Amino acid sequence: MKSSHKHLWRKTKSACAAVIAFVCALLVIAPLALVLFHLIRSGASAINWSFFTELPKPVGVAGGGMANAIVGSFQLLGLAALVGVPVGVLGGVYLAEYGTARGNFALRFMADVLNGVPSIIWGVVVYGLIVLRFKSFSAYAGGLALGFIMVPLVTRTTEEVLLLVPAGYREASLALGISRWKTIVHIVMKTASKGIVTAILLALARVAGETAPLLFTAFGNRFWNHNLSEPISALPLQIFSYAISPYDDWHRQAWAGALVLVVMIFLLNLVVRFLTRERMA
Amino acid sequence: MPVVASSAKPAVRSIIDRMARPSGVGDRVFKWLTLAMALAVVALVFLVGWQLARGSSLAIQKFGFHFLETSTWDPVAEQFGALPFIYGTAISSLVALIIAVPLSIAAAVYLTELAPIWIRQPIVSLIEMLAAIPSVILGLWGIFVMIPWLRTHAFPFLKKIFGWTPLFDGPIYGVSMLAGGIIIAVMILPIITSVSREILRSVPNLQREAAYALGATRWEVTRIAVLSYAKKGLFGAVVLGLGRALGETMAVTMVIGNTPQIRASLFAPGYTLASVIANEFTEATTDVYLQALFEIGLVLFGITIFANLLAQLLLRTIGSTITPRAVQ
Amino acid sequence: MESATLIDPPMISPISPPPRRASSRVADSHDARERPPVFHVERLSIFYGDKKAIEDVTLAIPSKKITAIIGPSGCGKSSFLRSLNRMHELVPNTRMEGKVLFGGEDIYAPQVDPVVIRRRIGMVFQKSNPFPTMSIAENVLVGLKLNGVHDRAFLRERLEQSLRMSALWDEVKNDLHKPGVSLSGGQQQRLCIARAIAVEPEVLLMDEPASALDPIATAKIEELIHELSANYTVVIVTHNMQQAGRCSDYTAFLYLGRLIEFGSTTKIFSNPSERRTEDYITGRFG
Repeated sequence: MKSSHKHLWRKTKSACAAVIAFVCALLVIAPLALVLFHLIRSGASAINWSFFTELPKPVGVAGGGMANAIVGSFQLLGLAALVGVPVGVLGGVYLAEYGTARGNFALRFMADVLNGVPSIIWGVVVYGLIVLRFKSFSAYAGGLALGFIMVPLVTRTTEEVLLLVPAGYREASLALGISRWKTIVHIVMKTASKGIVTAILLALARVAGETAPLLFTAFGNRFWNHNLSEPISALPLQIFSYAISPYDDWHRQAWAGALVLVVMIFLLNLVVRFLTRERMA
Repeated sequence: MPVVASSAKPAVRSIIDRMARPSGVGDRVFKWLTLAMALAVVALVFLVGWQLARGSSLAIQKFGFHFLETSTWDPVAEQFGALPFIYGTAISSLVALIIAVPLSIAAAVYLTELAPIWIRQPIVSLIEMLAAIPSVILGLWGIFVMIPWLRTHAFPFLKKIFGWTPLFDGPIYGVSMLAGGIIIAVMILPIITSVSREILRSVPNLQREAAYALGATRWEVTRIAVLSYAKKGLFGAVVLGLGRALGETMAVTMVIGNTPQIRASLFAPGYTLASVIANEFTEATTDVYLQALFEIGLVLFGITIFANLLAQLLLRTIGSTITPRAVQ
Repeated sequence: MESATLIDPPMISPISPPPRRASSRVADSHDARERPPVFHVERLSIFYGDKKAIEDVTLAIPSKKITAIIGPSGCGKSSFLRSLNRMHELVPNTRMEGKVLFGGEDIYAPQVDPVVIRRRIGMVFQKSNPFPTMSIAENVLVGLKLNGVHDRAFLRERLEQSLRMSALWDEVKNDLHKPGVSLSGGQQQRLCIARAIAVEPEVLLMDEPASALDPIATAKIEELIHELSANYTVVIVTHNMQQAGRCSDYTAFLYLGRLIEFGSTTKIFSNPSERRTEDYITGRFG
């Protein structure tokens, strides 16, 4: 019968589509497997105690480590958080609790557009703002660039998280004669505290891997940074400069650094996942 | 004090009355504080525009619009033209979209419509993990794993089959426009997939149910009821991916070859707007050089703002606002 | 009509007021005449945007009595209740006309701070909402602590007092540190009542406090409301007519935003003056 043939053809098409879609999904995650595989294969061998404790050795001398880069990354993250967290969280509070529909729409729109600005542009901006003025690369400049990246991100995710707090809690608090700002801080933000922490951690995980904005702000440093107004090393920076160098030893260390960086970021993401797990209440 | 007699014991009454009398100051201060922080996003947009314009003002005066048309990039002779980089950014992004969009949307369709429930969350988690991998690490993998493999296996194969076209013509170095496009594709796969997923999930079930009720197969339901409904949003997801592709810096710099030239062949090395800034910013010895790079930054800022504006408009008109989150 | 006795009124079968109220009824009407009303609502109208939710309502709410607000859904009962402690202002685009006098003062006067009003007029909501990050004790005391009361001894005493007054003390006295949300639905609502009375308001507004609860918990809440009326003026909104009949001393019937009738509960339920009241009470429309 013609109709049952057509039906069979349609069913086959449907099954084929499902298979193709499945293959595509696999292709999407394939790079993850490939990258992780090589990270572990090439990086694990170069990870040793000296990697975490020693400074880079001069060109041609074997050994050395990325201790200053690891510490530098943490320092930069701290500086970034100083800018990104207060501005981002409080900005998110405004969007969630105050404001007009139209005004907030415009603000959200701008924040979302900012989230799409290439991170290298932030490096250029901070270069003009800080580095040129003070005639020096510095940890402050690097931290500021990363902080600028964090602001729209933390603002939007904080707003989302606060909007999830049911209106009933705000009402109950206000009905007790608690003032608006105390309601927001002690009741709403406290209820959403886990979400806010998550938002901050996610933003930190994102900027921890950023290289471009640091290229001409933090600039990198082969030695320990003793003063935040001087250049500072960071893990992504070190990985990059080693990767494009012609030395095999440095290539191996680049892989090691990459492995450490990926582990750091994945750990942060795991913590977030842990915090936001659905409790079987 | 109220006239109404109160039954409360006098002792309780007086303590309650000692409760901090609200002055409204706290409320006012807090509101203005949070407003100021929220306005930071506005300030940041202007800050970027201002810094880029200021830093490139001399170059703009000197080169004018020719900057966008000239293809000479000669720091020694102080001749600066952005065309090779615009070309490089455009082509590498285009290649990336051609590779990534079909894969991402198909994967998103799989995850929302076709996959068994138990497999969805694990795959989503894996995609999120891919999104979390920093660009420089992907670039590292690109230099030491992908490029050699492309140079020895994939590219010669492509050349054998398509070598007669100008696209796959010419010597093979490994570092190339095509390599840049591929690595950008890998970077934008997660974001296009996850935003597409959200779009598809927001298609009301009524659409699907209506199609099923008419006897459509799974694929037909997807095609007719879901994909056509979600067209605009999916296009928004693609443009969002494009915006990301345009600004991709580190991974591209490491595999594209960094040669300011305009060639038809995808095997030829290229250079993108972001890459030239990354590579040459700290090497810029003269003021004009630096200003030219600032101007490149301005161009890059302009096109990414445009792409993101377009994406946001498209994504918002479907009713929900998809927060890009950290999957950017 | 024999209105002096409490034989089941001929028109309404399901209403049978609980027996113990009979003896106090005569004495109540004496007291009510002596104490001035807590609220004088004069020609109150409330607008949400262009929509008129409450239209020209004039009403006096008696002190230390339980006043029920009844009416079909959407008739503005909740809006009216919330206008008594300025809670309806939380919705954007609201406007009001008229006056609400609380103890003689207009609570909508420009110099009046709604925060202070809300400390004197407490509210309990339909869905119990103990703050999820706080323990039972913290929930009860949050209104005091966040308003600057730090005297520990006083707080401890107040904690016990409030929980006793909301009939919850015996059940939770050993678990005060446990999260507020770990209690059952009925207990949570009593916790919210304890929280509201801890700041020692003069009035308790209750917006369908038992509608989300099972019958046993509901009965406990109703019993509690009777006890509370010894110390507080209670205004309760309910869509459950029988509950209004059981619990309240006075009843106001609202329909489409207008006050149709207000009077003692016995009168409203046995001998209403308005036709529409009678229709609603007898279930001719709901």
